[in-house]
Amino acid sequence: MSAPENLPEIDNGLLRFLTCGSVDDGKSTLIGRLLYDSKSILADTLHAIERTSRKRGLEAVDLSLLTDGLQAEREQGITIDVAYRYFSTGRRKYIIADAPGHEQYTRNMVTAASTASLAIILVDARKGVLTQTRRHSYIAHLVGIPHLVIAINKMDLVGYSREVFERIKTEYLYFAGKLGIADVRFIPISALVGDMVVERGDNLDWYEGPTLLEILENAPAAHSEKPEKFRFPVQYVCRPQTAEYRDFRGYMGRVESGEIAVGDEVQVLPSGLITRVKDIQLYGRSLPLAISEQSVTLLLEDDIDISRGDMIVKPAEAPASVKQIEAMVCWLGETPLDLNRKYLVRHTTRETKALVAGIAYRMDINELIQTPAARLAMNDIGKVALRLAQPLFVDPYGENRATGAFIIVDEATNNTVGAGMIL
Amino acid sequence: MSTLTLSRHTLSHLDWLEAEAIHIMREVAGQCSNPVLLFSGGKDSICLLRIAEKAFRPGKFPFPLMHIDTGHNYPEVIAFRDKRAAELGERLIVRSVEDSMKRGTVVLKHPGESRNKHQSVTLLEAIAEFEFDTCIGGARRDEEKARAKERIFSFRDEFGQWDPKNQRPELWSLYNARIHKGENIRAFPISNWTELDVWQYIAREKLELPSIYFAHKRPVVRRGGALVPVTELTPARPGETIEEVSVRFRTVGDITCTAPVESNADTVEEIIAETAQTTITERGATRLDDQTSEASMEQRKKEGYF
Repeated sequence: MSAPENLPEIDNGLLRFLTCGSVDDGKSTLIGRLLYDSKSILADTLHAIERTSRKRGLEAVDLSLLTDGLQAEREQGITIDVAYRYFSTGRRKYIIADAPGHEQYTRNMVTAASTASLAIILVDARKGVLTQTRRHSYIAHLVGIPHLVIAINKMDLVGYSREVFERIKTEYLYFAGKLGIADVRFIPISALVGDMVVERGDNLDWYEGPTLLEILENAPAAHSEKPEKFRFPVQYVCRPQTAEYRDFRGYMGRVESGEIAVGDEVQVLPSGLITRVKDIQLYGRSLPLAISEQSVTLLLEDDIDISRGDMIVKPAEAPASVKQIEAMVCWLGETPLDLNRKYLVRHTTRETKALVAGIAYRMDINELIQTPAARLAMNDIGKVALRLAQPLFVDPYGENRATGAFIIVDEATNNTVGAGMIL
Repeated sequence: MSTLTLSRHTLSHLDWLEAEAIHIMREVAGQCSNPVLLFSGGKDSICLLRIAEKAFRPGKFPFPLMHIDTGHNYPEVIAFRDKRAAELGERLIVRSVEDSMKRGTVVLKHPGESRNKHQSVTLLEAIAEFEFDTCIGGARRDEEKARAKERIFSFRDEFGQWDPKNQRPELWSLYNARIHKGENIRAFPISNWTELDVWQYIAREKLELPSIYFAHKRPVVRRGGALVPVTELTPARPGETIEEVSVRFRTVGDITCTAPVESNADTVEEIIAETAQTTITERGATRLDDQTSEASMEQRKKEGYF
């Protein structure tokens, strides 16, 4: 796909967001509407969905067909996995993670939420806040999405009633307060008609806030909202050992948070040794500064033995080095979490064996209450304690998504079976 | 002494995409024991090479380059492929579908059949020959519906098959490249790029491309809404009129299944302007093999295609 007619001074970076809701909420129609009204749909794609719409006996073009993906799921009529969509407005590039809404797909929503900085939660104006609305909100909050947008959809089916909108808003705020959700916005829309998605439309004059697209265009970028500690997990060590670069030792990785400048004092974990940054390089160029999400090569003043899995930080703000962690874990594997087995934990660029020390509780994500549990099955979320063979350098997930997150790998199958967020 | 400061800087969208791609390539290098980068001479894999330079220079790439040659590629592209590998000083492996045909592992239904889908066989043979555990490819999620759900680290079983229902969940940027012997990972560093991003990156990095990406006169016939280049392999059919048209290719691949679009754009900037206004998706316009059925890409991926 491609951008609209007037091109491309995209200066507002990139925003990753998540849409959640079930088929019935009009989620696919909403995504279709965003793509369609931002002119991101190309002619042959549109012709294909027009053909399909006609084949199914529909009068208008069904925009939801745009996000229909795999043959397997078309046959089943459901979305079975996370799909990624792209569009650009000329000001900003967007990556949509499209997660299905069914209860059994909690793991898909957690997956989609893990990389998003904003979530659009769809509510059917006729139905109000449902169990699944609460479930989606809880997961979005758990996975640390900083901004929630509650899109009250199908306003056309409730006569564009302001009362209905206000009632749902009040109901939602009551429950959001209990969860501790702080940043939440409400918007009345009709994805089908197009009101308040990209265009304002003529039906919602009483609503004075921004359209959905305006909210997206102005949402703060990831890492720009609060001060962050510098975290640089080493991915790869470059030692060319050629005549030209005989003594070159470059530590390659991505700044996961914070910033680093030439001359800054740094500490290397696990050794704890302290040195200074001699140079920051990207493809032969020296940079005075590297910022969060930038992939660079660091050169240090002193020769220190550093390898993949080590972490470079600033001495005054080092993370905790721990061999025991407590975390909220979403179980992804088909075989339940087994308290008697060893697993592998992958955290930043580090990997260690782990034992499950205990399950404190399982979260009932429909009732939002804690229940005792002896195991976690697929799609369950619970609080788990893990004992680690090697130390990890961690921050609480609520403070730092990159150094607070880990995945659990089953060594027998090599599958990714769990997603953890350190408390 | 260090104090927390609020970052005033945010990466532009191209810088973000580049940084993500570098991170993915370094994860391949860090996690996989014997990777290979698939380099066809096409624009997406040309971007991959620049990202590999940014990821690993001043060191050598921690993997060789490999091309699966159908024997039906445009000569300009093959010449470009060899020149680019030589400039980089990196090792290029070429394995050809014609060798698989000689071995009898590829059997064409008829001599004119497109060899494109048979690349999968040759690729799997090359993977077995060199015991590669990971292939880095230039596929993008926006290219085709079946790819919208593709993982960045995509798991293939010992038959090279992609099973959409048996892919590993992929969270944050924690990639899992662990496999058993004989299994394989396909890693896609530019998954999140669109065609426009690719062109903008080519412009920004001033990357050289094979000449057929730019407008040139070429004899073509119009067939089923597409322009079909007239070559020895793809002659005009009886009754078709051969025209000299100014065209450029949006994707390059096997001659028998890659069609150009009408265009006068002969600079990257003009191509970007056209791409931003285009009304036909990349594969829709130019890949004759994808039109067979809406689900044809999914089918080919299940068989081991990139």
